[in-house]
Amino acid sequence: MTTNPILEIRNLHKHYGDVEVLKGVDCSMQRGDVVCVIGSSGSGKTTMLRCINMLEEFSDGSIRIDGEDIGYELRDGRRQRKSEKEVARQRALTGMAFQQFNLFPHMSAAENVMLGLVKVKKMTRDQARAVAEKWLDRVGLLSRRDHYPGQLSGGQQQRVAIARAIAMSPRLMLFDEVTSALDPELVNEVLVVIQDLAREGMTMLLVTHEMRFAFEVSTRVIFMNQGRIGEEGDPKEMFLRPKSERLAEFLKNSSFH
Amino acid sequence: MDFSFAQFLHELWIARVPLLQGVGITIASAALAIVAGTVLGVFVGLALTYGAAPLRLPMRGYTDFIRGTPVLVLVLASYYILGTAGIQLGPFQAGVLALAVFCSSHVGEIVRGALQAIHKGQIEAAKAIGLTFSQTFVSVLMPQAIRQILPTWVNTAAEMVKASTLLSIIGVGDLLLASQEVISRTFMNMPFYLFAGFLYFAINFGIERFGRFVERKTHIPS
Repeated sequence: MTTNPILEIRNLHKHYGDVEVLKGVDCSMQRGDVVCVIGSSGSGKTTMLRCINMLEEFSDGSIRIDGEDIGYELRDGRRQRKSEKEVARQRALTGMAFQQFNLFPHMSAAENVMLGLVKVKKMTRDQARAVAEKWLDRVGLLSRRDHYPGQLSGGQQQRVAIARAIAMSPRLMLFDEVTSALDPELVNEVLVVIQDLAREGMTMLLVTHEMRFAFEVSTRVIFMNQGRIGEEGDPKEMFLRPKSERLAEFLKNSSFH
Repeated sequence: MDFSFAQFLHELWIARVPLLQGVGITIASAALAIVAGTVLGVFVGLALTYGAAPLRLPMRGYTDFIRGTPVLVLVLASYYILGTAGIQLGPFQAGVLALAVFCSSHVGEIVRGALQAIHKGQIEAAKAIGLTFSQTFVSVLMPQAIRQILPTWVNTAAEMVKASTLLSIIGVGDLLLASQEVISRTFMNMPFYLFAGFLYFAINFGIERFGRFVERKTHIPS
């Protein structure tokens, strides 16, 4: 079954000065897809993710979410950036969880989740609190709703950050190496949360170094290599029978076995 | 010369009205300068941090120039030079203007430092949930910056109280000038200067206590 893709990236280019980090990436996702992006550092995977919600500007190509052009539009035949207000609205189409959690340290867990609901979704504080508590409960942290980030462990902070993103009911969730900054014994509690979300049909794009996780959770894996998609397909196929030499080498050097 | 404590109290009682007026003028000039300087300084700090070059560079010049100038020179310039330029200000107005300008350059730098110290992930997280920049500033950046600014800002406020003594030079009847007038009549140098010093200390001690109180109130549990 093919419907309109939720995400459609075409010919995405990005350079910092003379250095080209994305050299024409094409990729599309359907609703309910769980796609893991793997690849060595510097391959452009995080940059690609950050272009999708315009945390990075991109130089050429297009990104569409539900058919809507993100960040730029053609006006009088010229590519122009959309207004800051419009970009802010489009950013709320996606949710993002960061490597460094980036919780707001001066707000309690519940307030962190509520901020976007009140300011962007224009809910009343009572409505927002109810939604926040529902999602904090989902990530197993309802009892910590009044704790401040400084009073939570890294794993708990990341779970609050995921709740904060998901409470906004984004059409697509972006996860940027969300377990990389965690102590090894805290990684699992975060992966379990993501796994549950995947099972419930949330559309997700994850940049990850957790090969085992990518293998088990994703419906598709993208291997990025030097600013391009090197290989892409079914996780079992790719991990067990990599076609390209680069992927085979990458898998050999990463902890997947 | 030797004076008894009773004599001092007697003279103090006679001079109570001008001295109290002096205290009032000191507090009023410093408070006005702090409030106006802080409001102005926040905008200077914003321009220094987020402004485009045509705004940022003049502001950079402004803060560097003002911070490199002695307050006394600013006070004299504000009173005499603005006068020749056709802007006639009374001594109190001119003095408060000079102090406010001085205060704004310091607050501007403090604000810039605090905003730049906030991790850029904070702005990204706010963007990612769809906040506009002004929403991000109000809900995410400002509350964090204020907590960081507070101790330095209290210092600046205390500096403004001390700098307000310079207004006596252009004839503003602040606590220092009022004390000097009492001294010139009674020749009781030591007790009245000590008394003035004590009052300045009391004002600044109050400011410092207030700062501590706000710090405690806004402390983030961790």
